[in-house]
Amino acid sequence: MDLERIRNFSIIAHIDHGKSTLADRILELTKTVSGREMRAQVLDTMELERERGITIKAQAVRVNWRTDELNLIDTPGHVDFTYEVSRSLQACEGAVLVVDAAQGVEAQTVANAYLAIENNLEIVPVVNKIDLPQADPDGAAAELAELVGGKPEDVLRISAKTGEGVAEVLDAIVERIPPPSGDPAAPPRALVFDSSYDQYRGVVAFVRVVDGAFAAREPVRAMAQGTRFEAEEVGFFSPTMKAAETLDAGEVGYVITGLKDVSRLRVGDTLTSERNPAAEPLPGYKDVKPMVFAGLFPTDSDDYPDLRDALERLKLNDAALFYEPETSQALGFGFRCGFLGLLHMEIVRERLEREFDLDLLVTAPNVAYRVLERNGEWLEVHNPAEMPRELDAVEEPYVHASIIVPKGYVGPVMELNNDRRGRFDHMEYLSPERVLLSYELPLAEIVLDYYDQLKSRTRGYASFDYDVAGFREGELARVDIVIADEPVDALSMIVHRDAAYARGRALVERLKEEIPRQYFDVAVQAAIGSRVIARETVKAKRKDVLAKCYGGDITRKRKLLEKQKAGKRRMKQVGAVEVPQEAFLAVLNLNDGSKK
Amino acid sequence: MNDPVRHLYVHLPFCAHRCGYCDFVTVVGRRGQHAAYVDGLLAELEHERELLAPELETVFLGGGTPTFTEPRELERLLAALPPAAEITVEANPETVTRKLAALLRRSGVNRVSLGAQTFQPKLLRMLERVAGPDDVRKSVYHLRDAGFDNISLDLIYGIPGQGPSDLAADIEGALALRPEHLSCYELEAKPGTRFAHAHGEELRRQAEAMEGYFESVVETLVAAGYRWYETANFCRAANLDSKSRDLRSRHNLAYWRGRDYLGLGIGAVSTVRGRRWRTTPRLALYLSALHEGRRPLRELEPLADSVQREERVMLGLRLDEPLPVAPVAASLDTDALARLERLGLARIDRFEPDHPGAAVTLTHRGRLLGDAVTADLLA
Repeated sequence: MDLERIRNFSIIAHIDHGKSTLADRILELTKTVSGREMRAQVLDTMELERERGITIKAQAVRVNWRTDELNLIDTPGHVDFTYEVSRSLQACEGAVLVVDAAQGVEAQTVANAYLAIENNLEIVPVVNKIDLPQADPDGAAAELAELVGGKPEDVLRISAKTGEGVAEVLDAIVERIPPPSGDPAAPPRALVFDSSYDQYRGVVAFVRVVDGAFAAREPVRAMAQGTRFEAEEVGFFSPTMKAAETLDAGEVGYVITGLKDVSRLRVGDTLTSERNPAAEPLPGYKDVKPMVFAGLFPTDSDDYPDLRDALERLKLNDAALFYEPETSQALGFGFRCGFLGLLHMEIVRERLEREFDLDLLVTAPNVAYRVLERNGEWLEVHNPAEMPRELDAVEEPYVHASIIVPKGYVGPVMELNNDRRGRFDHMEYLSPERVLLSYELPLAEIVLDYYDQLKSRTRGYASFDYDVAGFREGELARVDIVIADEPVDALSMIVHRDAAYARGRALVERLKEEIPRQYFDVAVQAAIGSRVIARETVKAKRKDVLAKCYGGDITRKRKLLEKQKAGKRRMKQVGAVEVPQEAFLAVLNLNDGSKK
Repeated sequence: MNDPVRHLYVHLPFCAHRCGYCDFVTVVGRRGQHAAYVDGLLAELEHERELLAPELETVFLGGGTPTFTEPRELERLLAALPPAAEITVEANPETVTRKLAALLRRSGVNRVSLGAQTFQPKLLRMLERVAGPDDVRKSVYHLRDAGFDNISLDLIYGIPGQGPSDLAADIEGALALRPEHLSCYELEAKPGTRFAHAHGEELRRQAEAMEGYFESVVETLVAAGYRWYETANFCRAANLDSKSRDLRSRHNLAYWRGRDYLGLGIGAVSTVRGRRWRTTPRLALYLSALHEGRRPLRELEPLADSVQREERVMLGLRLDEPLPVAPVAASLDTDALARLERLGLARIDRFEPDHPGAAVTLTHRGRLLGDAVTADLLA
């Protein structure tokens, strides 16, 4: 295919602004799928995505429009996947930026637009949902033009739902987005922008060929990792897998690698030919570093091998997922997992539970800390229980947070950010009604319930996004929880010194409520080092027996007993104390000492 | 295996009034149907006759209010039942007249279980009981006069509004009547009862305060010379009885020891040779089936071996006697047993659980926490 006839583009949008609907309409209009085949939102393959309305994994679909070949590269829609988004965007020359005519620009739109601009993409701004009664296409177009530095009249106005204006979007893609550059005669290079795992065919890499061409049964090498394999098949999606003779410069498609080990081909790596290797890989490969960590433990310890296998499988499709074995005194064998952010964590957990049918206990998330030890060495700590008690300094990750709110909510948001140790950066009016607030916040303050708090204080009007700004020194303390003289590693937390007493007290009070009464008194303590800062006692129970049990009561009594037994099975044994799984999540919704 | 059944329960559902806390199968009034119902019971007895031993160990007439049944019909029923060593009838105090006491006595009844519940008028009103405190005393005197030397009183504690002094007064009131046997139940607001609806919230609120009530009931009665032989049941110790009798309820012991029993009447449960069934609770269905010569509809529950073992443990641990380990060993968690022993909640008589003579007994505190301990003990 002549490079001049190819266009590679993404659609980027805030959740629910209509990305998937627009993609569906494009597939229909280009007759890539017939009406009969048309499932709503073809690109979102996973069950989970459908329910959450977000797209986790990118895929690429080839469509033909008039005389051109267009490759639509789907991108994840959330900030947690910034790196994946950036790889997908690197595979494109342009992006359709979609904004809901009723909602206007959101924090995520801003982040995605900047990402696209950083990747030198040509942006086709689109205002969607103009058919809605509450739509304000002019207002949204003005905000969008302001954002991308264009003119409001260049903003397309469409309804992906009714199909109005979609053909014009396709025309604009051809007219405005440049064709791919690249050298068909040079040694082959292709960017891996995503991958997927098929249990029969192994790792399937989604690639954008930059130079040269790739063909089936050719030896291939991944340049950053050095992995070698023979391409079993190359091809493209339209919308299902279609094998091709070759994938040429400028094209987007897939390579079946036959690799069984998922970690051997990372997103961002460059494929080249073993016989005619390129001298330099494509720029931008990076080993993404997770910032949010949590312990994942099987509820039933027999499921540990299943959890290990499941994580290994997920890792195949998710280069950002990190895990290492963790042994907790309280929770037994599990894994400390690292995530890009909270949503990423939620998705991994749900997939483990849903697709792999695992019953999991997930500890409260924490961030990565950098610790300067007494011996002068820096150590990265992923688990509060591993934080050394003797240290010279601790650094914690901060984020640049962008919050967009109607102007009436600026006060409550500032108050929240002050409570969360935020540093005000600047504020700008996006429109007479809407304000963008920029803050630096410790990531640790966000991972607990920041988003919920933000939503509730702004009646759901705030939109929020962040990217990691780097590590900053903090005055942090490690608070340990001791239940019946047994330290519970899974409940340790790292908190700002000023908040340590209040958080320790609040956690101990919550635990007192969560831990059922046992055969004996149970002391619940919070301590910094050996200093106890809070203490409560769960009183021993005095009576636990059903009074009446005669011939007609036996079945009912037995069923109650079975229920009681099932309840006990869900408990975790901490020393001699039975602790319900919920207690391990108590730290999640502590509200700085004040009860909700 | 095919041992005949030696324990018979007969359900007499009629009551003058349905108390708010009651979740038994009861039928209010319907005096006109008492004769038909007794006909039904006797017809049902004929259907099941081959299960029963010719001479029984125990017969128990429960309700409802058995003594609310038309005296003529009650007498006809008692005359037709197979002979038994222990024949108990449940009675409500207001129904026990001099005449009724005599009727029971001449019909072979040798044990009466009297639903006293409480001696405080305000608490009796809360329970919607018809009888007053004096009715309880009077009925005991009538029974004694008629020659009954084995009387049991039922007490209920944990009634909304019952303070510790009310409880002490109730126990004192009961002990003053020198009953051979006492059953003490904590009031349960069973889901679906009127009572749960009206007082459930209050009961939950006072739950913690009332936790100590059970302990003080046990302590007071044991101090007064009663044997705490089952979670909710007490009998005068044999050495304090003038005839040195074992005054435990033989009928109820059969349940707790896992013996087979046959139940007759609406809603009655039977457990025979690993099968449990419950007869339809609907009076009209019951009567029409028997009238037409058929067995009434029943709900069947087969009991797997593992379920039978679990029930043996659950019921056996309610008693103050050792539960032999060997027959239930497959269902016991020996680690849990060792832990409970360390915590002073259970005792094992022979240290090795595999020993054929090994048996488990719960300690005093273990019995107060019996449900949790049992849940732990079952594998």
